[in-house]
Amino acid sequence: MSGATHVRYELVRSLRNPLLYGLSIGLPLVVYYAVTSGNRHAFVYAAGVSFPLYFMTGMAAYGAMFASIGPGGRLARDRARGWTRQLRITPLRARTDYLAKVLAAYLVALPALLLVFLAGATLGVRLDAAQWFEMTGLLVVGLVPFILMGLILGHLIKTDALVQVMGWLVVFFALFGGAFGSLFNKGAMLTVVKALPSYWLVHAGAAALLHGDWPAEGWIVLAFWTAALIPLAVFAYRHDTGEA
Amino acid sequence: MATVSTASAGIRAVGLTKSYGSVHAVRDIDLDFPPGETVALLGPNGAGKTTTIDMILGLRRPDAGAVTVFGVSPATAVNSGLVGGMLQTGSLPDFLRVRELLSLVASYYPHPLPVEDVLALTGLGDLAERRTTKLSGGQAQRVRFATALVGDTDLLVLDEPTAGVDVEGRHELWQVIRGLASEGKTVVFATHYLEEADVFADRIVLIAHGRIVADGPATEIKAKVGSRSVRATLPVVDLSSLRALPGVINVERHGEVVILSCSDADAALPALFATFPEVRDVEAAGGSLEDAFLELTAADDPPPEEVG
Repeated sequence: MSGATHVRYELVRSLRNPLLYGLSIGLPLVVYYAVTSGNRHAFVYAAGVSFPLYFMTGMAAYGAMFASIGPGGRLARDRARGWTRQLRITPLRARTDYLAKVLAAYLVALPALLLVFLAGATLGVRLDAAQWFEMTGLLVVGLVPFILMGLILGHLIKTDALVQVMGWLVVFFALFGGAFGSLFNKGAMLTVVKALPSYWLVHAGAAALLHGDWPAEGWIVLAFWTAALIPLAVFAYRHDTGEA
Repeated sequence: MATVSTASAGIRAVGLTKSYGSVHAVRDIDLDFPPGETVALLGPNGAGKTTTIDMILGLRRPDAGAVTVFGVSPATAVNSGLVGGMLQTGSLPDFLRVRELLSLVASYYPHPLPVEDVLALTGLGDLAERRTTKLSGGQAQRVRFATALVGDTDLLVLDEPTAGVDVEGRHELWQVIRGLASEGKTVVFATHYLEEADVFADRIVLIAHGRIVADGPATEIKAKVGSRSVRATLPVVDLSSLRALPGVINVERHGEVVILSCSDADAALPALFATFPEVRDVEAAGGSLEDAFLELTAADDPPPEEVG
């Protein structure tokens, strides 16, 4: 059997879903241009981090979070249609299916990131090649918890409720992670929001610019969320397929 | 030695049992289908056919008992690409065209049929570029059938494959199944139509209330359930003299009640009254399959709750 075909059609199905397009590419681009155009020369919390760079990473993270959580929506629809049951009587392994969904999530997330980066460049964001690369790499790693969240919700929540739940979840993480501007710059609340994976997604741009604004703390937070979500995903899978 | 003894095995089940809470869906079912056989699981809705099929496919774990498919566990058989199935319910994944869906499912199997062949075989050629969400119920059912075939598997398990298909479509679908059976594939299908079971199966397994109530060649089972049964109160009489009446196939006694299975109730009833004028409380049960099942199972069983 060929996992490649499965990956291809997972991607095809993502790209034909207008909802995913709009939320992961259209919305962040529109918001980015609308907000940043008037603030091109502003600076945010850290020395040398321009508003266009900060907000570019924020909106890239926001769109990529939608893209990452998207395959979970497809899983929920397939589940509601009885298709996941049908897949269980084919030789397709759950492992291959998951891998394909993760790859498809990235293949939608990456263009979403790149288009916002392009928009950033048109509004004066200047980074060297290594910095662009580092920022993209950090975002790619930081999306892992969101892909897992999507799959967990896809196994556990019905499609009607899922769009709501996913929408609010992404908005929550984006808002408190600082994607629309940092809410807390000091004190206990800063410590709290730093425990969110989205905080580190949003700060990938600044980290790349400053080489060091992404400390060990960031890796620990992402590793913690990933380690906590994997067993939940296994539970959700077993709960869903009656293998618990 | 175990592998030698199971090398020629088709589907074997011993003591399969499955309950949902207090509902006994399947109760101690044994199956032994050799490879290459076409078997109908025949029974009314709620008899336990789907639960049995789900256990053969490894979708549900039996509470007790075990099933093997070609000598291995259902999961192993499924993962090896030996099993193609069509479940009773379910629709198709969205954002795909019919041809794409079949290519996708084909990619899971080691030696699939060419997608074009399957499209032609199932009469889906004209719908190949249609989105799966733009199909009528009958068309979607055909596509589901096609996804079961495309893997070119040794075993095909079809749970009520003709549900929702029009008469013409039904005929075409059975032609395809018959062709596959003649290629030596093992086919197991569930149906509640006696006619389908009779015409297309080598063997019929009759299921009611979660138990096998009859198992044998199609012709034999048809005679059994295609008949009408007559119940009567007749205390002192020799069963063999009842069996000798015209149109009577079989006789059972339960206390004062006798049950005559009749191939021709119209002949049997007048003969019964003429020969045994003392007969009372005569009832003729209708010829529907449901009634036949009730007759077959009334003797040994209080009617339990049922589940599909």
